[in-house]
Amino acid sequence: MEEKGQNEKKYLFDNPRNVNRLLGCFFSSLVVLLIIDLFVHKHPHFPWEGWLEFYAVYGFVACVALVLAAKYILRPIMKRREDYYD
Amino acid sequence: MISTVPPAFVFIIGGLLVPFIKGKWKSAYLLLIPVVGFVNLISIPEGTHWVVKFLDWELVFGKIDRLSLLFGYIFHLISFIALLYALHVKDDLQHVAGLVYAGSALGVVFAGDIFSFFVFWEMLTVSSIFLIWARRTRAAQAAGFRYLLVHAAGGLCLLAGIVLYVNQTGSIEFGYIGLNGLATYLIFFGFGLNCAWPLLHPWLTDAYPEATITGVIFMSAFTTKCAVYALARAFPGTEALIWIGAIMTGFPIFYAVIENDLRRVLAYSLINQVGFMVCGIGIGTALAINGAVAHVFNDVLFKALLFMSMGAVMYRTGKINGTALGGLYRTMPFTCICCMVGAASISAFPLFSGFVSKSMVMDAAAKGHMRIIWFILLFASAGVFHHAGIKIPFFAFFGHDSGMRPKEAPVNMLLAMGIAAFLCIFIGSFPGLLYSLLPYPVDYVPYTAPHVVGQTQLLFFSALAFSLLLLSGIYPGEQRCVNLDFDWFYRKGSRLFYYVMDRSFNGLCRVSERVFVGGLAGYLGRVSRDGATRAALLAMVPAWGITGTTGEKLARKKASLRAAVQTGTSPVGISAALATIFLIVVFLLM
Repeated sequence: MEEKGQNEKKYLFDNPRNVNRLLGCFFSSLVVLLIIDLFVHKHPHFPWEGWLEFYAVYGFVACVALVLAAKYILRPIMKRREDYYD
Repeated sequence: MISTVPPAFVFIIGGLLVPFIKGKWKSAYLLLIPVVGFVNLISIPEGTHWVVKFLDWELVFGKIDRLSLLFGYIFHLISFIALLYALHVKDDLQHVAGLVYAGSALGVVFAGDIFSFFVFWEMLTVSSIFLIWARRTRAAQAAGFRYLLVHAAGGLCLLAGIVLYVNQTGSIEFGYIGLNGLATYLIFFGFGLNCAWPLLHPWLTDAYPEATITGVIFMSAFTTKCAVYALARAFPGTEALIWIGAIMTGFPIFYAVIENDLRRVLAYSLINQVGFMVCGIGIGTALAINGAVAHVFNDVLFKALLFMSMGAVMYRTGKINGTALGGLYRTMPFTCICCMVGAASISAFPLFSGFVSKSMVMDAAAKGHMRIIWFILLFASAGVFHHAGIKIPFFAFFGHDSGMRPKEAPVNMLLAMGIAAFLCIFIGSFPGLLYSLLPYPVDYVPYTAPHVVGQTQLLFFSALAFSLLLLSGIYPGEQRCVNLDFDWFYRKGSRLFYYVMDRSFNGLCRVSERVFVGGLAGYLGRVSRDGATRAALLAMVPAWGITGTTGEKLARKKASLRAAVQTGTSPVGISAALATIFLIVVFLLM
């Protein structure tokens, strides 16, 4: 298998400008999504589905909670050395 | 009817013939098996076929209805893709095992009686284990044995349930069973083990990452999905399944976040996706069952796609840990794109396959007013995007630059991934075809404005959380470690068992050796050697004492007596006198 060369060509995300462009697209689509939500006519099963930006807030909060719980609760309890079972 | 054969037989017989096909024809032959199988399958009309008399029972090898047919279609499709992906493999063992495994899965879904169902069910385990052992590493060997033991235990439980059940009902037909009484609970539990229910699940996350690169594609498709089929057939609408399914969707994502081995991350997300299916079966309405079965179809494709892309990475780099990978998009762009299609599908992005099936289960939960279940499923939907949707592609193909510049995957792997990726997008964009194959008529429209916007928001803001946590350094870095799971109980428990057995039985052996070999045998030897001499001395020394024999003369007499008794050369008179005394004693005692 080849390794990284000295003078290899620049790939897509080696250029920081492209990374910034991607992040820019991402953040602007978040804003667009928040705005679209104001105009969508909802027909919710549960009352909270009708709340403004419910899914955006839930998605964000759920993932932060997931990561924090995994990192600060699960990992300290469950982590063992790689050769634990050997 | 005459021209068709049971679908399982095409694969099993075809698979067993693989070693006899040599050279360049082998590839064509391998790919032909699922094609022939599929033509065979679509030629079979719905109904009951191949009823065979066995003892007093009737075995049914072809119960063809809409539920079993859908599983039949997807199993044929994934067999073709998995065989294409594995074409470069020169190891016949893996091809045979894969094909027999696929055949067993078809046997399970088309079995109309519970006896042949059980036989095929056990064949799933026996054939799939070779896909683990074929890796030929110590870790794979050990994981294979654990896999075998766990499944053997589950199989015995199922068998016990079946025996009781058949005894009670007097019928071996395999249909709706429902939970009532010990027999049905045992069957339920046996299905649950293969379905990787919480606490019964570690066999999956333990064994799948140890399987071969190509074998795991088969494994991700068959065992758990057969269990989902069995539950859909025998226990639809069982309330316990709703909660079991919801927990299955929830807990693995926490593990997936901190897991380093990317194939193990996928194994955890496999449990998470099967959770949606189990939950749907538990809800049991037409919409829920449709959703569960449609999700089986989609999950087989996108999970195989994800495993294939990680397999391609592993094939080219020899590594699979998140810590060792990164930046591979540079030289493996096609694999990267396929991986992202799989990631988008499992995350249920609009226009990708997960979107059109997962939402049916969610909707069914909402229609049943199951608030907590709905929240757990929504949490799992966000979470699956987090670990399978972002983590897998990001740590393998982007993230830090590992410096590795591997070649793109081989052509056959690319083709297999391409077909799966195409189907993921096709089903996501045109769900009508899949919907027309579902067991119940479908009255469900996935693409409504609130659904599309809501789901996209959920996923994008989940991605935002990932980005912010990563940029702020809070996101848990990949670490070389193992995370304890429920298998701790039998992996460490077996050592405790070994220790206890070693201590008790080997202790018993040691004591026995000391007592019988070291002590008793020597004692008996000494007694039988010296006993007669001592008895003779005991009798004679007092007599000599009376006659006044002492000193050196006594010692000489003793020595000559000892020699005479030990060599059996005592004077005839004494022997005769002793024999007479002995007879008199015996006579008096009588």
